[in-house]
Amino acid sequence: MVSLATLAAAIEVGVGVETDPRGFVGVLVHGAWLIPVLPLVAMVLIIAVGKRLPARGWELAEAAMAFVAVYSVALLVANWIDPIAYEQHVELSQIGSVGGAGLVVEWGWVVDGLSILMFTVVGIVGFFVFTYAKGYMEGDERFTFFFSAFCLFAGGMLVLVAAPNLVQFIVGWEMVGVASYLLIGHWWEDHANNAAAIKAFITNKIADIGLIVGVIIAGATVGSFRITNVLDAVEGADSALADVAFWVGLALFIGAMGKSAQMPFHVWLPDAMAGPTPVSSLMHAATMVTAGVYLLGRMMPLYNTAGFADDVKLIIVLVGGFTLFFAGLLALVQDDIKKVLAYSTVSQLGYMTAAMGAGAYTAGLFHLFTHAFFKGLLFLAAGSMIHAVRSNNMSDMGGLRRQMPYTFWTFLIGSLALAGIVPLAGFWSKDEILASLSEDAFGLGAAADLVLVLAIAGAFVTAFYMARAVYLSFFGSYKGKAEPHESPAVMTYPLVGLAAFSVIAGWVNVPGAFTAFTDWLGARAHAALDHHAATLDLGVAAAGTLAALIGIGAGTALFRRDAATQAQRDRLRVPLLYPVLRRKYYFDDLYMHGLVNPIKGPVARAVNWTNDVIIDGVVNGAGALARQLSRLVYAGLDQLGIDRIFNAAAAATGEAGSALRRVQTGKVQQYAGALFAGAVLLVVGFLIFS
Amino acid sequence: MIVNQFLVLAALLFSIGIYGVLARRNAVLVLLSIELMLAAVNINLVAFGSYIGDVFASGQVFALFVITVAAAEVGIGLGIIVLIFRNRSSANVDELDLMKW
Repeated sequence: MVSLATLAAAIEVGVGVETDPRGFVGVLVHGAWLIPVLPLVAMVLIIAVGKRLPARGWELAEAAMAFVAVYSVALLVANWIDPIAYEQHVELSQIGSVGGAGLVVEWGWVVDGLSILMFTVVGIVGFFVFTYAKGYMEGDERFTFFFSAFCLFAGGMLVLVAAPNLVQFIVGWEMVGVASYLLIGHWWEDHANNAAAIKAFITNKIADIGLIVGVIIAGATVGSFRITNVLDAVEGADSALADVAFWVGLALFIGAMGKSAQMPFHVWLPDAMAGPTPVSSLMHAATMVTAGVYLLGRMMPLYNTAGFADDVKLIIVLVGGFTLFFAGLLALVQDDIKKVLAYSTVSQLGYMTAAMGAGAYTAGLFHLFTHAFFKGLLFLAAGSMIHAVRSNNMSDMGGLRRQMPYTFWTFLIGSLALAGIVPLAGFWSKDEILASLSEDAFGLGAAADLVLVLAIAGAFVTAFYMARAVYLSFFGSYKGKAEPHESPAVMTYPLVGLAAFSVIAGWVNVPGAFTAFTDWLGARAHAALDHHAATLDLGVAAAGTLAALIGIGAGTALFRRDAATQAQRDRLRVPLLYPVLRRKYYFDDLYMHGLVNPIKGPVARAVNWTNDVIIDGVVNGAGALARQLSRLVYAGLDQLGIDRIFNAAAAATGEAGSALRRVQTGKVQQYAGALFAGAVLLVVGFLIFS
Repeated sequence: MIVNQFLVLAALLFSIGIYGVLARRNAVLVLLSIELMLAAVNINLVAFGSYIGDVFASGQVFALFVITVAAAEVGIGLGIIVLIFRNRSSANVDELDLMKW
């Protein structure tokens, strides 16, 4: 067994990063393409044979995720012993002139600290969520289809994470988008779910324009879509790229804002709660929303190199700062527990984005890592409650801690981790973000100070709304109609597993004591150039913890006592602010009346007209033409031509038969005479011609 | 050795057989005439066999086969005739129109 001491020694010895490891690690790294491919294979297999299997396809999905989890943990350990930065490109085809400026379409995989981290998060959280989903989706009529779409969801995320070039990145990005559409609209019989799925898809599509524009500019300027080549150009201070780097960085960030639900693109995420809870859990924890933060992390050198996109950082940090605070406030007034968690996710993604904006690559991804565990846990625990009380609303819950002890304790652990209480996971990662903002290594000045204040205020808000959720759902008296009960083991075990990770996940990066996480993430071909606090900043940590404790105290004071009605429970009815929060800052109204309706009316009418006049005309014309043509063929060719030939042949055969049957007299001796005459003729002929 | 006389004899027998087959009305006599034709063939086989001095006596062997087959054929033929006679009280060949269309 490898002890921690030898591991630590190995890290000391390891010089630089291993770009092409040999031996067992080499085999692991060369075979890492299996990580994105296997879930997609599982998806195809589930569609093909899933319904005939004993667990109706679930076992294939679970096996794929278990494989990803084990494989990525193995890679994580290998990366810890000896840092890896490996990438492989496989050319699929070449478009355009050969040897000239043709577009090379490649597929490949990157194995470095960042991608291994994402593989691990997707694998572990995915494994727990897939297990849980078996219990949650039991009895669903589209059970098998659900798991195939779930595999596409996880597989798309892994394709995106493994992408060594930006084209493959977009492919994975869109696969995740399509799968999210399928999964959010899984219960499409209800129109609201359908609308939520479309909203998520369209909002993401609008932001995707940014990603695609950024990728095209970067690819056209550098002459290659490989991320390595783009980052090489950054390292080599390529002037052509430097000229457009601001726009590349901004466009990529707009794409990231869509997937990572930053204001003002956050509107899709709370509505995405329409999907089954395991979907929400995976979407908010490991898959989809982390893609934007991952993109920023992958392109970090572009943002952290002076003269390139470093000016975009100001925008990023401000967007992140506003999102983390204002989305957090929205969580305060939600009755639907999943929406509380959804706005919490938006807020926590704001923390990650703000960290990225401050150039703190490690801090942002550390928060992504810890957040994945406790947010996945919180959603699964919320799903367990929803399963028990058959309602999403906290006004139908209350007092559940007695009936659902596992759910209560795990939810409590997740809430404390999210609120950032020592020593749970959220404390360490949130503290790193606060420390990075406070140190402000890239000179953002007043913006960093503002965002630091917002982030500390956000810590208060986070603790406040989580305290509210815990009190409303687990304390007081039960107000729902269904009979609450603890969920089956297949659902509670994943809760316990994720709760364990929510406790320990933060310990991998304790400043000044144990910084394995920093080393994991440091393994990459192009240094992220981030700034990283070496020691625990006690002042910042104290401020964050104090804010969280005040939040918990405020929540306890306001929501501890049982309250029967919605009006009494929302004690915090600040005039002016409350209606604004209930209307979600009027974002939905603005988008609906400002964008959707003006587009929907004329566009829908135009499409209808096109359909009625042009497409129907073409179709009807083609139909009429085909009918005339077939009539012509029937009358002319078939009746006059082909039928005549066959009728004449039949008549001729009949006539010949009538004539010849007279020969058959039935007189044996006539036959014998004919036989003899024939024989004589043959003999005569033989004599003459021989 | 001269084969002419054998061949002339065979030809005469064959012709008589042909005549019988074509002209006689009684089915039994038709069968007998067929036997005459087969006998003519047998004479030819034996005559040519000894004429070419075949050490295996193939001509005679073939004649034996023909006699065997002829016996079988006459057996079947007579059986058919007996049945026809029972059904129709007649063995006249030209009254049999069963094989007409």
